[in-house]
Amino acid sequence: MAISVSGLRKSFGDQVVLDGLDLTVPSGTVFALLGANGAGKTTTVKILSTLLAADAGDVRVAGHDVAREPDAVRAAIGVTGQFSAVDKLLTGAENLRLMADLHGLSRRDGRRRTAELLDVFGLTDAAGKPASTYSGGMLRRLDLAMTLVGSPRVIFLDEPTTGLDPRSRRDMWQIVRDLVAGGVTILLTTQYLEEADELADRIAVLDHGRIVAEGTADELKRRIPGGHVRLRFADTQGVDTALGLLDDAARDNDALALRVPSDGSLTALKTLIDRLDERAVAVDELSVHTPDLDDVFLALTGRPAEEKVTSR
Amino acid sequence: MTAATIPRVHPLRDSVTMLRRNLKRMLRYPSMTVMLVGMPVVFLLLFVYVFGGTLGAGLGGGGGRAEYANYVTPAIILMTVMSAVQGTAISIAMDMTEGIITRFRTMHIARVSVLTGHVLGSVLQGLFAVAIVIGVALLVGFRPEAGPLGWLATTGFLAFMTFAFVWLCVALGLKSKTVETASNAPMPLILLPFLGSGFVPTESMPAGLRWFAEHQPFTPIIETLRGLLMNEPIGGHVWIATAWCAAIALGGYLWSKRLYNRQS
Ligand SMILES: Nc1ncnc2c1ncn2[C@@H]1O[C@H](COP(=O)(O)OP(=O)(O)OP(=O)(O)O)[C@@H](O)[C@H]1O
Ligand SMILES: [Mg+2]
Repeated sequence: MAISVSGLRKSFGDQVVLDGLDLTVPSGTVFALLGANGAGKTTTVKILSTLLAADAGDVRVAGHDVAREPDAVRAAIGVTGQFSAVDKLLTGAENLRLMADLHGLSRRDGRRRTAELLDVFGLTDAAGKPASTYSGGMLRRLDLAMTLVGSPRVIFLDEPTTGLDPRSRRDMWQIVRDLVAGGVTILLTTQYLEEADELADRIAVLDHGRIVAEGTADELKRRIPGGHVRLRFADTQGVDTALGLLDDAARDNDALALRVPSDGSLTALKTLIDRLDERAVAVDELSVHTPDLDDVFLALTGRPAEEKVTSR
Repeated sequence: MTAATIPRVHPLRDSVTMLRRNLKRMLRYPSMTVMLVGMPVVFLLLFVYVFGGTLGAGLGGGGGRAEYANYVTPAIILMTVMSAVQGTAISIAMDMTEGIITRFRTMHIARVSVLTGHVLGSVLQGLFAVAIVIGVALLVGFRPEAGPLGWLATTGFLAFMTFAFVWLCVALGLKSKTVETASNAPMPLILLPFLGSGFVPTESMPAGLRWFAEHQPFTPIIETLRGLLMNEPIGGHVWIATAWCAAIALGGYLWSKRLYNRQS
């Protein structure tokens, strides 16, 4: 196990932020901690990366207890926090060389590693510019590149793609996949269900300091009601006729739409369309929904995936 | 896994790395250094040209403005150091708000190197500022009597004194919640030379103030500088000054270390 946490608790004053967290992450896998604003993601990452002391619980990272052997943990991990951790007055290359020096790389190895990472992260052209002039996406990449200078075995990424455009997000995903292919263990937090689905071997849904569900993306999807077909009609008459025809149909938020439970297979769709056709009900729009993590979140936390928690 | 697999930390190497970082930052942000040098230079010109004639006559040596330039320069040098360490408090407070400090805390490096890097950088910056101020003082009539050995001793004493007050200001910078508080907290250090033998002899002060002036740390420090630069006997001042500086350095270091390790 690269990371194992049991009974982790943390309060700030009388506000309980982590309320008995248990999780394990096998070496060489990606674990996603999924949660809305204030769920406790950053607090968890801070405790796991020795920045914050836990109130109770047992936390081991890379085989070492974070409370008793913080130095051993620090020697094994790399952290890219939620907020940028680069020196804005230094250039991109200088930031990377600073990390190389702190990791005890020789001058030559430091230069080589810096050039390598600048190249991988597409920052070679901006290498000589102060980080204060970088765009959000460039800063994020520099931040991660700095984390990788020491070749950590366990990496924490706190919301690695928040604020990135879709293309930069995909680039970041590819970088994460390449890292995992190289054998490192990654714990990442995200507000995006799609991101967890794309990257993680296992996902834990964090809500108010508790893990409300854990498993692979497929396991989580299986835990919630199946898929459905959404029908949108031209007028209320169509809706009423269809309601009479299909006994398991339910009204949707939209007054002119219905949800019909369905596995989405061709046969099921054909049967449905035939029945509507017989009575000449005019359907404006038909869409098939397989359950996604949005549904999981909704089903598990009883709240819609709010604000930023979207699958876009 | 055994403890043997944890790599050693290298406090010296890490401190030098952090020093390089701070020197680079100072070069990128030179307005701070300019401000640090500017303030004492303005005071020097003010005291030599505006007050110097009258105050010089008051010294009783009959030397007037020229005599006063020699008298006041050690105080201006001290003021330069205090201005430089005020800069330390500001840059520490600014640095602590930077995300990279959080990154350093998650790394297996000598923790104190973040602070020692600042300390070494500030001492160099302070000595640089003092060199400029002495240069200006020479232009406006400062005529030191020190020989090579005296200058060497002056440099050593200044470096040690700067080192002491830098540690104090590192703590003040860490303690401050905002950059503004950090720039105000060391203000007493700028004002205290006035309440000592820096600008006028303590004998000219009323009894209560005179007692304070003779017992506060800056008076022996100024007298030591004055003695070294003017090649005059210093007496016990040098030991009192050194003891004060050692106490301030140790106190500042321990306080800083505690504050830095507590923050998260
Ligand atoms: N130092 C602190 N002092 C007091 N309360 C804190 C502190 N740090 C976090 N909290 C509180 O703990 C809760 C969880 O915060 P945390 O930053 O872990 O959430 P998060 O899941 O990372 O949220 P986000 O998605 O907004 O980053 C929040 O209610 C926050 O106000
Ligand atoms: Mg967070």
